[in-house]
Amino acid sequence: MQRRAVFNNRILPYFLLLPQLVITIVFFFWPASQAIYQSVLKQDPFGLRTTFVYLDNFQTVLSDPLYIESFQVTIVFSVLVTLFVMSLALLFAVMADRQIRGAQTYKTLLLWPYALAPAVAAVLWMFIFHPSIGVFGKAINSTGIKWDYQLNGAQALLLVVVASSWKQIAHNFLFFLAGLQSVPPAVIEAAMIDGASAWKLFRSVLFPLLSPTTFYLITINLVFSFFDTFGVIHALTHGGPGRSTTTLMYKVYMDGYVNLNLGLSAAQSVILMIIVSVLVWFQFRFVEGKVHYT
Amino acid sequence: MKRTLLVLLTLVAFLLVLSACAPAPTPAPTAAPPTAAPKATEPPKPTAVPVQPTATPKPTEAPKPTTAPAPTATAAPRPTPPPGRVTVEFWFGLGKPLGDVLEAVVMDFNKSQTKYYVDAIYKGAYPDTMNAAIAAYRAGKAPNIVQMFEVGTATMMAAKGAIKPVYELAKETGITLDPKIYIPAVRGYYREGENMISMPLNSSTPMMYYNIDAFKKAGLDPTKPPKTWTEVRAAAKKLVDTKATTCGLTFEWPTWTQLENFSALHNVPLATKANGIMGMDAELKFNSDLHIRHLQTLMDMGKEGSFKYGGRDGAATVLFPSGECGIIHASSAARARIKNESKFEWGVTFLPYYDDVKGAPINSIIGGASLWVMNSPGRTADEYKAVAEFFAYISKPEVDARWHQETGYLPITHGGFEKTKADGFYQKNPGADLPYQQLTRTQPTENSLGLRLGNMPEIRNIVYEEWEKAFQGQQTAKQAMDNAVRRGNEVLRAFEKLYK
Repeated sequence: MQRRAVFNNRILPYFLLLPQLVITIVFFFWPASQAIYQSVLKQDPFGLRTTFVYLDNFQTVLSDPLYIESFQVTIVFSVLVTLFVMSLALLFAVMADRQIRGAQTYKTLLLWPYALAPAVAAVLWMFIFHPSIGVFGKAINSTGIKWDYQLNGAQALLLVVVASSWKQIAHNFLFFLAGLQSVPPAVIEAAMIDGASAWKLFRSVLFPLLSPTTFYLITINLVFSFFDTFGVIHALTHGGPGRSTTTLMYKVYMDGYVNLNLGLSAAQSVILMIIVSVLVWFQFRFVEGKVHYT
Repeated sequence: MKRTLLVLLTLVAFLLVLSACAPAPTPAPTAAPPTAAPKATEPPKPTAVPVQPTATPKPTEAPKPTTAPAPTATAAPRPTPPPGRVTVEFWFGLGKPLGDVLEAVVMDFNKSQTKYYVDAIYKGAYPDTMNAAIAAYRAGKAPNIVQMFEVGTATMMAAKGAIKPVYELAKETGITLDPKIYIPAVRGYYREGENMISMPLNSSTPMMYYNIDAFKKAGLDPTKPPKTWTEVRAAAKKLVDTKATTCGLTFEWPTWTQLENFSALHNVPLATKANGIMGMDAELKFNSDLHIRHLQTLMDMGKEGSFKYGGRDGAATVLFPSGECGIIHASSAARARIKNESKFEWGVTFLPYYDDVKGAPINSIIGGASLWVMNSPGRTADEYKAVAEFFAYISKPEVDARWHQETGYLPITHGGFEKTKADGFYQKNPGADLPYQQLTRTQPTENSLGLRLGNMPEIRNIVYEEWEKAFQGQQTAKQAMDNAVRRGNEVLRAFEKLYK
């Protein structure tokens, strides 16, 4: 299966890689190095006074109980989003993979949420679940359950988890579907001849064969919930009520953009960068070994 | 199958592009130019006599008749500066439709000029405009003028070198910008000693709006709106008990209406050093017995169902025009929105107070934004002159009056108020002069001049967080206030350290 392109020209491969390399350097390495530089400085917003403070910013951040609180919120949030997204996406993919009428339509419809910008998605959710003006929000309240995500931390967290997941399910669905469709029919037929039930087929044949996809998606979803859920949180809850939906990423934004404390914000970005790097490394190092590749 | 997926992926990519092109959601406008006939029936009797302006406005030029075109809300491309004119950049953060009025004012200025030209550019909401200006300054490309929300005042003022104070601008250019023509409560927010640091533009103050139809339904007298907190609580409770509304009281911008203006009205300090105006070493003082008592009142009202917390910043505004809450404390600039969206009769009156507090109520304080002059390498004297001319222009009574009438913001000058009165605007729009009266009913004390606290947006968020925990029953009123003061003071000390 392995195919390897062979280039006779020594420069051509580098030339072909150049656009991607430039993008990576300009949009990743350069800002990242700036963040690291900024994280050891204390500076006013206008950059009129700058002091080198060694690792003071890191010390401030790590000794801040509110940072630890945000850390806990982030863990709960990410785990919930990942679980939610992957289980539903897998369910939908298995459903859509079957030979049913209109499968194509379902597939297309399921992909739509992915096309929405996070902020737009969040506004839609707000109009559905707002306790006073939202359709469902009002309905829930009329059943006697006190629904008010603006004042109930648990409900707020639930809402941002669901809204973030909703957006991400489409992406996961696509990968699971592709994964299912690349399972060789011969394997499935063999299992069916052996008399495997639908559940047995899924559990013993399809799911193991999907493990590369699953593994990839876990990584992507964790990174997504760490970094890419800002828009939803910002549009729905502003990190509140209290601090119940202030994730690490949202705190970076608040400290940097609203509170204009660049050093502190940069230090948090660096910590976040380290956390995600460790996470990815860990997954590749320890989880990948247990994955079946076809 | 591969092909189907490819098609699907292309579709997704296409939709992504589409959604990226769609305009970002903008927060609902809080006001529009008031045009329709008045809706409020019985304007509440003013409880304080309006303070007569002490200074006569001295416009620097003979007032030119402004052939003011109505602000056409077309998304026409920005006009390019005519050649040969000294052009200055003006970044603003006022969204539609208020931003359109601002652009119309700028356009009129440009028409009245042959030498100078102001290029007004919308840069997103206030925090975005602030960040854009900061980034531009760091890159050596700062705009000549930037509009900055009032809570950014301390940050701007501390940025010595990055900004040019308005009094220095007046001195250097020789163009008169007399501080005395501006309303004290407006000027006081943006001054250092007697010197104006930034140019006031859009100022508002919180008022109490109430639903007259709901009042009638609940058997309350709409001609006698509640004045004190005891009366407000009783009225709110009655509204809910009689099922006239599902929620009695709510408020937008919770810290601005219930903490900052609450302190001013009762003449108690929010912070030492005249709320920070006299120095960066101010300490927060809003965990006094009165402040705790007020939060406790709100918590009790929440428990009995007569008050509903509607969320941070402007999130609660919608609860009033929707008819859900019978009483709201909201910005005077929310007037036009309430007028446009409410399907019931409503009235407006002064903010309530605790009548057992001696001397209460005094004047309220403002919110809104002001204009800052920014320095940048390569500025010419002519550019500063253009800025000063523009500031003199917007301070003219007729320009100010039009700004006030079309936006619902307060007049910034005494002249603008007098002109509006002479125009008969307040007869046609009952209650529209109450914000001015509330703001000017007493001479400002050191507790009601305004605020100048470092990183005020951060402090506001801290208060939101602690209050929300209290409203959820996770802590007592005293704990909430003590925590907010302690955390807020940490913010102030960090800010102070930055500039030492």
